[in-house]
Amino acid sequence: MKKERLTGAKAIIKSLEAQGVEVIFGLPGGAALPMYDELPKSKIKHILTRHEQGAAHMADGYARATGKVGVCMATSGPGATNLVTGLATAYMDSSPIVAITGQVPRSMIGNDAFQEVDITGITIPITKHNYLVKQAADLPHIIEQAFYLASTGRKGPVLIDIPRDVQLEDFPPDRAKRAPLEGYSPTIEGHPRQITKAVQLIRTAEKPVLITGGGVFHSDSSEDLRNLAEKIDIAVINTLPGKATFPNSHELYFGMLGYHGRVAANTAVSEADVIVAVGVRFGDRTTGPLDTFAKQAKLVHIDIDPAEISKNVPSYLPIVGDAKNILSELGHLLPEMKHKEWIGHLKEVAKAHPLPAKMKGVSTPNIIRILGEVVKDPILVTDVGKHQIFAAHYFPIESPRSFITSGGLGTMGFGVPAAIGAKVARPERTVVDIAGDGSFMMTCNQIATAAQYSIPICVLIMNDYCLGMIHQLQDVFYDKRYEACKLGKNVNYAKLAESMGAVGIRVTEEKEIKGAIEKGLSCGQPCAIDFVLDDNCNVYPMVTGSTLLEYRE
Amino acid sequence: MRHTISILCDDTPGVLTRISSLFSRRGFNIESLSVGHTERPGKSRFTIVVEGDEKILEQVRKQLQKLIHVIKAWGISPEESVEREHALLKIQMSERQRGEILQIITAVQARIVDSSNRTWILEVTGDTAAIDNAFNLFKHYKIIESIRTGKISLERGGGKTAKR
Repeated sequence: MKKERLTGAKAIIKSLEAQGVEVIFGLPGGAALPMYDELPKSKIKHILTRHEQGAAHMADGYARATGKVGVCMATSGPGATNLVTGLATAYMDSSPIVAITGQVPRSMIGNDAFQEVDITGITIPITKHNYLVKQAADLPHIIEQAFYLASTGRKGPVLIDIPRDVQLEDFPPDRAKRAPLEGYSPTIEGHPRQITKAVQLIRTAEKPVLITGGGVFHSDSSEDLRNLAEKIDIAVINTLPGKATFPNSHELYFGMLGYHGRVAANTAVSEADVIVAVGVRFGDRTTGPLDTFAKQAKLVHIDIDPAEISKNVPSYLPIVGDAKNILSELGHLLPEMKHKEWIGHLKEVAKAHPLPAKMKGVSTPNIIRILGEVVKDPILVTDVGKHQIFAAHYFPIESPRSFITSGGLGTMGFGVPAAIGAKVARPERTVVDIAGDGSFMMTCNQIATAAQYSIPICVLIMNDYCLGMIHQLQDVFYDKRYEACKLGKNVNYAKLAESMGAVGIRVTEEKEIKGAIEKGLSCGQPCAIDFVLDDNCNVYPMVTGSTLLEYRE
Repeated sequence: MRHTISILCDDTPGVLTRISSLFSRRGFNIESLSVGHTERPGKSRFTIVVEGDEKILEQVRKQLQKLIHVIKAWGISPEESVEREHALLKIQMSERQRGEILQIITAVQARIVDSSNRTWILEVTGDTAAIDNAFNLFKHYKIIESIRTGKISLERGGGKTAKR
């Protein structure tokens, strides 16, 4: 009997199905059409985006909302280069996505063919790994490997570039080759001796602090974190990507640290004697000036990536491994402890430095406060800018994977597509995107995608008619010279959303805020609410000096 | 300070780009780089010499180790290893100079690998200092062109370093 032969395209779709892929976010083109031709025969759903950048952000939002690998697809050339910002965003925040791109046929590679670009060359620094597939028989294992790489160790984006003729090439399935992965074996278990040393050190601590970051988010270790924190009575603070790792209403929680950090959090890190940092890469927005950062403390640095140890902040006691394992281990080994005086001191600092914004008018903090009254436990997605920091401070997050933001790369335009990805992944959750008018405009075309597929996300646009964070920086550091930050008043975002088939609401008065949000959340359709701000207040606290304790608030 | 890094990796297209870009991104100029097959089929070994800050270099080493195709990246100290470099020099000489040059060739243990009328191609092998030394001696004659391979290093002793 003649054995069935597979084409590359069939193998791609079969392999994606084998990985449990439910949805692909993408936009086709000539070099991707053989794959697209196989899609209708599969139960995998495809969401046609309006720009490939959005496809990558959607896959990212999907991945962050679930922990599963998000998949995006694009064609060669401009399709592939449009993915680049999305891949870099996922790379900086260690989000597991697989991007599949079409490529010109093998015989034309290197000839400057139509829509040819060296996407594997371009994406080397912004992917965990990438592949240019040379023959169809390699596809099953490359795809399996790509998902494995994306979702294990320090997670991240993987790109697979597949020439059009490889998609069409047929091969007997038993010819599929397994490529070895000798150079890849992430450390999962923390070294027992290091853990023992950490236990001894933490037992002696009088002013201990736990800093949680994206690593806790991605390893789903919020429960282990909470158990540990409560058992040893330790102050918990977080980086921006770590916001959703610990209940924000918890009495041991003191907020976000760093450049835009809460005074209590920055005080905690500046006075602590032992810092336990988990899944934190000590980015510059977290540490402020490195030469003054936490000099008094002994740092226990827990990270799955050995390259993060002592990269920015010298580590006193490194533990390489998965946060979940190590946090649970520490929780078992450490005895119950009390740090009443220290926690009391931080509570006093927190009380003396409440969030400074006035809660009135059509202002970002007030809108976020009202949002918190209307909806409980949503997935909150943000764009990048002033509203992002407001959201981080003013909206309490209580459950894991419920705060999705572009932390490392700071990608304006992330919000709308990431919210779509999150809603596709978690249809039962309410998904709200807080955006600025500047960032909304960068990817607002995806409202058309949301409307076409009836994906009911609610976008709150903080419309100050300008690039708010730029405005604030120019206000504070450039003597109010507001160069190139005013956007003009010519766009009506509500009408813009309406024109794409979504619900659009425009709010200009404080009394309309609550009703508008309620309507936006209950309409069952994608919705954009254009909040025309009457008070374009700056976001504080903000570090202005050479230590985290020199700030403006 | 000068550092030597050894890398055992898969012999696969693009691996050189992945490795070298990690150095260039952080402003390291690669002084020499040599790569070739090893005793294991499908594996290559790089020896890379760079000058720069030790702390940043350690970061680069860790980043190299993160590349999926890299099996191991490690630093090599000159005291604990055997180093070799290879050079070819094309020298033009007059009739009178032949005798002197032959003497130098004997002294530095070079070999004549090609000769035409008035030019010889010489081959020299040794550690970096020995090659420098040979160049110093030959520079008084007319070197038409020359080339060095870059260093290769192997640690002394019975162990296999990539297994450490």
